[in-house]
Amino acid sequence: MTTISKEDSILEADVLVIGGGTAGPMAAVKAKEANPNLRVVLLEKANVKRSGAISMGMDGLNNAVIPGHATPEQYVKEITIANDGIVNQKTVMAYARGSYDMIKLLDSWGVKFEKDETGDYNVKKVHHLGTYVLPMPEGHHMKKILYRQLKRHRVQVINRYMATRLLTGSNGQVAGAFLLNPRTAETAVIRAKTVILCTGAAGRLGLPSSGYLFGTYENPTNAGDGYAMAYHAGAELSGLECYQINPLIKDYNGPACAYVTGPMGGYTANSKGERFIECDYWSGQMMLEFYRELEGGKGPVFLKMDHLAEETISEIETILHSNERPSRGRFHERRHTNYRDKMVEMHISEIGFCSGHSASGVWVDENARTTVPGLYGAGDMAAVPHNYMLGAFVYGQIAGEDAAAYCADNAMPELDAAQVNQERERVLAPLKRSDGITPYQMEYKIRRMVNDYLQPPKVTRKMEIARERFAEVREDMQYLCASDPHELMRAMETHFILDCAEMAAAASLYRTESRWGLYHYRVDYPETDNDTWFTHVQTIKGEDTMPACFKRPIDPYIVELDEEEKDSYSKLRINNFVQQ
Amino acid sequence: MPLANTLTSVPVTVDQEKCIADKGCTVCVDVCPLDVLAINAEAGTAYMKYDECWYCMPCEADCPTGAVNVSIPYLLR
Ligand SMILES: Cc1cc2nc3c(=O)[nH]c(=O)nc-3n(C[C@H](O)[C@H](O)[C@H](O)COP(=O)(O)OP(=O)(O)OC[C@H]3O[C@@H](n4cnc5c(N)ncnc54)[C@H](O)[C@@H]3O)c2cc1C
Ligand code: SF4
Ligand code: SF4
Repeated sequence: MTTISKEDSILEADVLVIGGGTAGPMAAVKAKEANPNLRVVLLEKANVKRSGAISMGMDGLNNAVIPGHATPEQYVKEITIANDGIVNQKTVMAYARGSYDMIKLLDSWGVKFEKDETGDYNVKKVHHLGTYVLPMPEGHHMKKILYRQLKRHRVQVINRYMATRLLTGSNGQVAGAFLLNPRTAETAVIRAKTVILCTGAAGRLGLPSSGYLFGTYENPTNAGDGYAMAYHAGAELSGLECYQINPLIKDYNGPACAYVTGPMGGYTANSKGERFIECDYWSGQMMLEFYRELEGGKGPVFLKMDHLAEETISEIETILHSNERPSRGRFHERRHTNYRDKMVEMHISEIGFCSGHSASGVWVDENARTTVPGLYGAGDMAAVPHNYMLGAFVYGQIAGEDAAAYCADNAMPELDAAQVNQERERVLAPLKRSDGITPYQMEYKIRRMVNDYLQPPKVTRKMEIARERFAEVREDMQYLCASDPHELMRAMETHFILDCAEMAAAASLYRTESRWGLYHYRVDYPETDNDTWFTHVQTIKGEDTMPACFKRPIDPYIVELDEEEKDSYSKLRINNFVQQ
Repeated sequence: MPLANTLTSVPVTVDQEKCIADKGCTVCVDVCPLDVLAINAEAGTAYMKYDECWYCMPCEADCPTGAVNVSIPYLLR
């Protein structure tokens, strides 16, 4: 029998949470609250104090379901329509029902939301149908508040270790994870009864048009780690062809942000300063209109605020230049863009996977369970459409509580020594090569190919070529080299990125229709075909170790749609002006 | 395949006068989500070691002496 090499220190946990950004800290706290005797470990590649999408804070809640302003049923309808019908409504409903309690919990923890004179939450309308956006003008304390709760609940935090693979037990259940320290290249193993993946989006899939690898929309620490790890552990992923593509400030590549400025009178405009979409809520349909305007004679696209009153503009500036992406102000300064007299030039982001914004994620049910026993997913990497920050918190809670219950009924799985040894060898290999291809070069090449061949409008032949190129890069993996532990971390991320690129190509080729506006706009299959494709597309690791896709029927709706609302997101263009 | 050293201009600078890394401070290095800052032990100051920056600014916001300055990376400035 093989034994695990002494090189790895082995830790044990009942609940291992991977990723300490947004969903992760909530999952850990809630697991601990459910059963304080559980050993709950929160693992973070960076440092939980400042990690993830909300490292500097957040401008607001994009999807608050607050009594008096919206009902869970309305919200489920809105997201069903915004996501072109392809939703497991039970998962969206579980979010919607937990939304208000989560807001109250965060409020009690000290998170500041905008309220009116009566003390009621000041919710704004940005979506096409309902009212769900709750501003957080002082949203920069988020991480501090979460950190305080981690301390209070005595969660064991491990910073600066990244998970590279999940380990599985003899029945295919999750058994723990393999870890790498990106500063020392030490490796370690955590044996765990349950694992909750909270590793965020696949933010380094496409290459931003600036060409700067780390100038992404998403926090680039999130390279698709959770997608790839779940995939290799045998989990089902869903909706990977429904890419995340966002309308952003050109080159800066951060949100402009229409959700903040919209309710104050700002809007998305063409070069003539005219509105061309009715609603600035990010959806595939909105992005398709954005794309058409950008490429058409009235492009490019701008965020217009120069018509607003001075006090409104200074308020916008205070929020946009101090909260979520505070370097926005510096970017505008250098380009002499003053909101008062110049519109802000916008562009389309690189593609990514993210269920927080669109619908591409690891498949989970309404209990946050993946298809691998003991493995959970929450936040951007878990397939609950348009879930955003509050969805990450709510699903973090659901996962933490369900994982705690799972621990009571299940024994600690045995580790498979062969699996562990093989993973150690894979992880450390690039460090042992003194020359070869650097992670920087390989990552750049994969992501450039993603742009050339996978970015919508999608073309069948191009996506097939992409697969050939990715296969060649996979052959080159044997030359991937790292000169220090930091580069070794990047090398491991390069593996994740290639896995995600291959999955993106497979899922996009599989669905032979167009859906979700720009997200899955296939030029050679331009129509939406509900007879064949009103279904989820799932991706798993196939027998040949390549992504395999299949259909998963959509569960019967629990909230029916009104006939006339069904295609309301397809009528976003102003005056219903039809373009080809 | 032999390797080359290609230099780049990095977006984050540290004011040598203000930095108190020599007194044991490592705050900016600790908080950076991309882990791209490091301490130069000889000089006793922090510096940007890898050009992989999200211009997110925790390093600047959390530095106790105001020594860090984040600018927008050149390629997207
Ligand atoms: C610029 C920007 C603006 C946004 N604005 C809003 C907004 O205004 N309102 C709103 O509701 N939502 C907004 N969102 C979306 C929201 O922030 C996200 O949906 C939410 O924060 C996602 O939480 P998460 O826990 O899934 O991911 P994150 O918070 O990103 O956390 C993922 C964590 O996993 C860690 N990690 C990754 N890989 C590994 C690994 N291999 N091992 C260990 N750890 C790992 C990362 O370091 C990170 O800390 C915005 C997102 C961005 C990027
Ligand atoms: S946080 Fe400031 S003082 Fe501390 S090491 Fe970094 S630059 Fe120096
Ligand atoms: S701006 Fe962000 S990514 Fe860049 S060095 Fe500072 S903390 Fe790190």
